Amino acid sequence: MEQDFVGMATEVSSYSNEAELELGLGLSLGGGLVKAKGSPWGEYGKIMTAKDFPSGFCGTKRAADYGGGGPPDVGYSAPPGVSQVVGWPPLRTYRMNSLANQAKVLNDEEEKRVGGNDECNGALKENMDNGSNKNDTTVKDNGQLGFVKVNIDGMPIGRKVDLNAHACYKTLARTLEEMFCRPSTTINSNCSGGQEKGKGTQPSKLLDGSSEFVLTYEDKEGDWMLVGDVPWGMFLSTVKRLRIMKTSEANGLAPSFRERNDRHKNKPI
Amino acid sequence: MMNYFPDEVLEHVFDFLESHRDRNAVSLVCQSWYRVERFSREKVFIGNCYAISPERVIARFPRVRSLTLKGKPHFADFNLVPSDWGGFVLPWIEAMARSGVNLEELRLKRMVVSDESLELLARSFPNLRSLVLVSCEGFTTDGLAAIASNCRFLTELDLQENEVEDRRGQWLSCFPDSCTSLVSLNFACLKGEVNLAALERLVARNHNLRSLRLNHAVPLDALQKILMQAPQLVDLGTGSYVHDPDSDTYNKLKSAVQKCTSIRSLSGFLDVAPRCLPAIYPICLNLTSLNLSYASLIHNSELIKLIHHCSQLQRLWILDCIGDKGLGVVASTCKELQELRVFPSDIHGVGSAAVTEEGLVAISAGCPKLNSILYFCQQMTNAALITVAKNCPNFIRFRLCTLNPTIPDPVTMQPLDEGFGAIVQSCKGLKRLSLSGLLTDQVFLYIGMYAEQLEMLSVAFAGDSDKGMLYVLNGCKKLKKLEIRDSPFGNVALLADVGKYETMRSLWMSSCEVTLGACKTLAKKMPRLNVEVINENDLIDASSDDRQKVEKMYLYRTLVGPREDAPEFVWTL
Repeated sequence: MEQDFVGMATEVSSYSNEAELELGLGLSLGGGLVKAKGSPWGEYGKIMTAKDFPSGFCGTKRAADYGGGGPPDVGYSAPPGVSQVVGWPPLRTYRMNSLANQAKVLNDEEEKRVGGNDECNGALKENMDNGSNKNDTTVKDNGQLGFVKVNIDGMPIGRKVDLNAHACYKTLARTLEEMFCRPSTTINSNCSGGQEKGKGTQPSKLLDGSSEFVLTYEDKEGDWMLVGDVPWGMFLSTVKRLRIMKTSEANGLAPSFRERNDRHKNKPI
Repeated sequence: MMNYFPDEVLEHVFDFLESHRDRNAVSLVCQSWYRVERFSREKVFIGNCYAISPERVIARFPRVRSLTLKGKPHFADFNLVPSDWGGFVLPWIEAMARSGVNLEELRLKRMVVSDESLELLARSFPNLRSLVLVSCEGFTTDGLAAIASNCRFLTELDLQENEVEDRRGQWLSCFPDSCTSLVSLNFACLKGEVNLAALERLVARNHNLRSLRLNHAVPLDALQKILMQAPQLVDLGTGSYVHDPDSDTYNKLKSAVQKCTSIRSLSGFLDVAPRCLPAIYPICLNLTSLNLSYASLIHNSELIKLIHHCSQLQRLWILDCIGDKGLGVVASTCKELQELRVFPSDIHGVGSAAVTEEGLVAISAGCPKLNSILYFCQQMTNAALITVAKNCPNFIRFRLCTLNPTIPDPVTMQPLDEGFGAIVQSCKGLKRLSLSGLLTDQVFLYIGMYAEQLEMLSVAFAGDSDKGMLYVLNGCKKLKKLEIRDSPFGNVALLADVGKYETMRSLWMSSCEVTLGACKTLAKKMPRLNVEVINENDLIDASSDDRQKVEKMYLYRTLVGPREDAPEFVWTL
């Protein structure tokens, strides 16, 4: 199985000089790392636990925690993790998207000046390069994307992920992993020292260690594609929604995917 | 005595009743009033589309011409309700089409609206005048094209903060040349391009246009041409407001704006170039409503200069980058202010403290007419809230959102119970309250004791025990909507007074301590409630353990039993 994916990725990648985009294998959920050659996804197979959140946030869930009297012994500065609580701050998706778009505009300009952040440097650069090749409309598409739906096989409920918060596949993958390894990102679940409180069988399946999942997306033409084969910017302009597919099903996807990508190679951008 | 009046007289008297609540009350007086009222009601408001069926609404109000429908629970706005939960408008449109209802107005909030629905709507109701969609999803610009093409007497197309897929099909060009009846057109939330020439022609031939809100794709030179054609506008939403302030176009804009002496409401500024704002100074003095909450690219100093001109403002929506000092300027300039909303500008990173309790206190001290506030801030103190409560006893809506949901008073490290307590005690007319910050059961004791007019309460990460929720359920007699997330309220609170829920529209509880068993008990006792359990991981079925906590529960009163369109992850008990 592993072989197939490595082969497929190298074969269809039309951007062979961008080594970091070769998606050797799909999303490795649950901590089991499956590396392909030069895959940048190797490092992210980490599951966040309670200790990844600044204690100031987790430790203050209720007054009862400190007996309702004296001051607690942890700091209360707004932690970076605040924005990862689902639905907090309570803002409409539409507004979140608009803010993200405008922040991105400012950020991109900053990045151009400063030279990009470490993680997404290569990806960001090619994003901007591609940006200059696109017509205005597509750039506007990039800017207005925001939240897209993401489903994982086996879980009936979909979630939404903010694509504007990412500049490359790495961070997106990490976010998705967090999202689906800890089903409900609330104080209740993530502060119990990692115990899942019997919230369902899904987490334990993922913790088996095998990468049974692959990240795919549906593009504007309705085709399902493997995530990671096209430059980030192009991905943004064409993605409609995401699906974390069982590897077995994605295998079936491969042949038609290969054909389609051959067609894409010949299509003007 | 009223029994001796013929029906026409009763009907004429009822005509003066504007609110649906008054009409509802009147219909309960006696059989003949019920009868007269139902045949004369033209505006129907349905606060929860699953509380009743379209067929029954039409049967009771055959003369309905205007329908307002609300679908998903409020927390759906914040991604807490899975997509595909429900709230479809299609069955309503189908039922009205079948029954030959003469629909003129449709207003939807948080509903799923497909292109198919819009096409059916456009085809079935030739007299449709007004379509207002707020926070809806499921449609594309193709659906809008159907509306534009077919609704010959359309006066209002108002799209507020919807998720619309852009098909780039020139929907705006679908308004025929014969369309001259538009009064209100708002497409600010659309993401794609519009045909600018078609837009200008549309504006030129619709002389009654009073409200126009453009999307970001409409550049400043188009805006200038549009304003030349429509100096009668009362409400304007600019599109992208980017141009070289030294250009000819900009000068033309300045003179166009000066002619727009009727503008009272301004919004937009989605992209803003520096030094372009002065063009609108001439109309600022007349403004009663200003929405700059999407204009994050306006520099703070320009923003404050702008505010200085707006002394008649009654409503202001702004971003927190205005800062406490900027709010001080608002406080000293906008003495007529009634409603203020301060939104966060930086949600992804750790922003510097933009507004704190000081800004809120300044506003409360400077604006005596303030009655509605939505305030996102880094921190809040009890002392500030107590001061605000003293300064502004007239709050009808008070929504506070600390970016860290459990932050205590940073000065005393105490919970914010006393601060909110002061608010509910002082503001006797308070109808809507949203809490945040570190809160114990005590705040709910205050709310139950003092918030006699409270209709809607939003709770997140608050309280210690069931007692908190019980205080509210027992005390707030007028409570209509209660929504709670991530708070330690459980079965005891849920089951203490089951009859209460029939006096309310709905209750939402997510990530609380309520178990499946308790939900089942409640559902069994109260057949006129739909108790929906939404579990993300495990689908609820017969083998589920009753002791299992439910992740999300949404219950609402209904006359029509469990809905048939629930997806598989929603179990109506």
